Amino acid sequence: MTSFLPPSDRIWWNVPVGKQEIVWIGIALVWCLIMFFMMPYWHIYGKQNLSNEAYQTTPAKFQVEVDAMVEKYQVGEEAGIPIVRPPAGSDVYLLGRLWQWYPILELESGQSYRIHLTSMDWQHGFSLQPVNINLQVLPGYEMVFNMTPDKAGDYAIVCNEYCGIGHHTMLGKIIVTEK
Amino acid sequence: MAQFRICPDTGFYFDKSAESLMKANAVAGAVALLVAGIMALGVVLTRWQEVHLLPADMFYQVLTAHGINALIFWIIFFEMAILYFASSTLLRTRLAAPGWAWTGFALMLVGAVMNNVAVFQGNSSVMMTSYVPMQAEPHFYLGLILFAVGALIAVFVFFGTLVIAKEDNTYEGSIPLVTFGALTAAIIAVFTIACGAIILVPTFLWSIGYINHIDSAMYRIIWWGLGHSSQQINVAAHVAVWYLIVGVLFGARPMSEKVSRAAFLLYIFFLQLASAHHILVDPGVSSEWKVFNTSYAMYLAVLASMIHGLTIPGAMEVAQRGKGLTKGLFEWLRKAPWGNPVFSGFFISLFTFGFIGGITGVVMGTEQINLIIHNTIYVPAHFHATVVTGTTLTFMALTYLLIPLLFRRALFLPTMAKWQPYVFGGGMTLMVLFMLGAGTLGVSRRHWDMDFTGAMLSFEYPGTAYMMMAVGAIGGVLGVVGGAMYLIVTVGSLLFGKKLEESAGLLQSFGAPLAAGVYNVEQPERLLMAPKQPVEEHGDGGFEAPGTFVLAMALLVCFVVYYFINWDYLASVWHIS
Repeated sequence: MTSFLPPSDRIWWNVPVGKQEIVWIGIALVWCLIMFFMMPYWHIYGKQNLSNEAYQTTPAKFQVEVDAMVEKYQVGEEAGIPIVRPPAGSDVYLLGRLWQWYPILELESGQSYRIHLTSMDWQHGFSLQPVNINLQVLPGYEMVFNMTPDKAGDYAIVCNEYCGIGHHTMLGKIIVTEK
Repeated sequence: MAQFRICPDTGFYFDKSAESLMKANAVAGAVALLVAGIMALGVVLTRWQEVHLLPADMFYQVLTAHGINALIFWIIFFEMAILYFASSTLLRTRLAAPGWAWTGFALMLVGAVMNNVAVFQGNSSVMMTSYVPMQAEPHFYLGLILFAVGALIAVFVFFGTLVIAKEDNTYEGSIPLVTFGALTAAIIAVFTIACGAIILVPTFLWSIGYINHIDSAMYRIIWWGLGHSSQQINVAAHVAVWYLIVGVLFGARPMSEKVSRAAFLLYIFFLQLASAHHILVDPGVSSEWKVFNTSYAMYLAVLASMIHGLTIPGAMEVAQRGKGLTKGLFEWLRKAPWGNPVFSGFFISLFTFGFIGGITGVVMGTEQINLIIHNTIYVPAHFHATVVTGTTLTFMALTYLLIPLLFRRALFLPTMAKWQPYVFGGGMTLMVLFMLGAGTLGVSRRHWDMDFTGAMLSFEYPGTAYMMMAVGAIGGVLGVVGGAMYLIVTVGSLLFGKKLEESAGLLQSFGAPLAAGVYNVEQPERLLMAPKQPVEEHGDGGFEAPGTFVLAMALLVCFVVYYFINWDYLASVWHIS
């Protein structure tokens, strides 16, 4: 009944704390610190970390980069979208717009690529399936990171940030081939 | 001059204007919950792929209305009622500036209606987050701004009431722990509403053409100072209500005033940093910023929640053991009043908030693990465990306590009330668990069609994902049924519940039974400090609440195991650097 009455001791902050609470607070604090240090640990030893690399950009500027890549490395077309096979290690430009991911990428398993990602209009969500890697894609910002596919197959990019009535039709594709 | 009545059951003094404001806010909240609940049915029956009820445009509209009414209007209206209760009623003081309080309420009401009108007109299906540059109608933003200003006024009336209580010397010693928790919620609310104003005012000006650009990254960072922090008001508020409920039901005293208050203080210092949880896979924000903020400095707010997780059931256990329920580790819990919806609602919410909401929240808020969770349906699964089975169910339990005290009515259909927390809590827990599973399989949130009908390319989710969405939807429907039961009981009680003229027999020891509804007290008696209790040891080896300690360790084990399972899952995806 004291939870809604003033504390029974005027100087309540001098009342000693029970053993049980001290033990629990100790255990909980240790666990909190472990969780905290897991994040820097993963930055050093883990293989899944986002880079801090990002640039401000404009749709026009980014479109130029995408078009140049498509022109240089196009190997086919599917559903009206060019399939592009950039060389391993190169800069790869991928854009999201209402309501498609452009272009389709053909990458080699085990090779690393420098992906540049932005939105031309509203916010979009890059959700690589069934791998399940998810990134926020913002207009005006170009996110840059290295990505290494590890298994051949067809992968989809689902848009997982609501972007209007055609949101559910916004699918992209990444084809991963054997080395 | 202020007019008070004494509650014959509890001895609480109700200031007339504070009481009317509590009623008005609670009723407005319940109306918002009704709208949110109807919308929820549309959402779950559409995401259940085999049913797929609504067309796309209507689905997004309904989802927007559901989010705003449930997460903002229902909860904040109800929290204003809690603030008035925790200040005026618990401190036996008149309310500061009732005129301003009513102005605040009117603004909140106008804002809520205006925002709903905008959404139902159809051109503002922008989700609760309204991420720029997708644009809603101007009155969508204006409604939210008016609501926020109204809430800010109410929060300052709360602060003013604390000052008046201090000046009039209405209580002895320090403010009660429950009021301290409410104060924590109010301080967080000021920060939250300030963030809302900073981002929504320019966005409103942008929607009417006075500003030509709002930066999307800046919008997200500041908006989440509103969007996430508003949920931190809930945490502080419902933890305060948990302390109130164990106090009222069991006569439990906090195990340690110092520990519980220090934990609230940690909330004030660190809880708001969690808005970073939404920015973990955004461009343009550094890893150092993400690591520091997402972990509330060093998980110090998580530490606070883990402390409350021990001290609240612990206080109950100590009180129950004091009454002779000392057999084994769990007799105190087994013999708890499970048929009383105040208790069952409280305990289910405590359990699901800790075990599901808390653990999933920390896991997905880990910087790198967020890569495999961001914007999947795992996210709404998490916050339904915190805000629905946590906050909403707590507020429902509190309602069952307040109907007799505040409205002086007996519960209508008490058997329905008895089952309501189980139906609602059980249904929502089922939904949450299966949505967590579907999210792990990559199913997207805020998505009309997991078949991608009409897309030029194709992708198929595994059959398990469909199964999980279906079972989750069944849980969701059960949850809606539970919500309807709550509204039937509360509205029924207000309209048809037996009027309580005399004491209902609840905690009579607090005050002399009096006829209800008579505001015949001008100056309440001074609120004295709680009586001292001789120190008693009930548990083994100096542990006063051994059963609670076992539960806490079980929570920790689940936490540790689940945390590392997710690191392991993360380690299996494509390398990113």
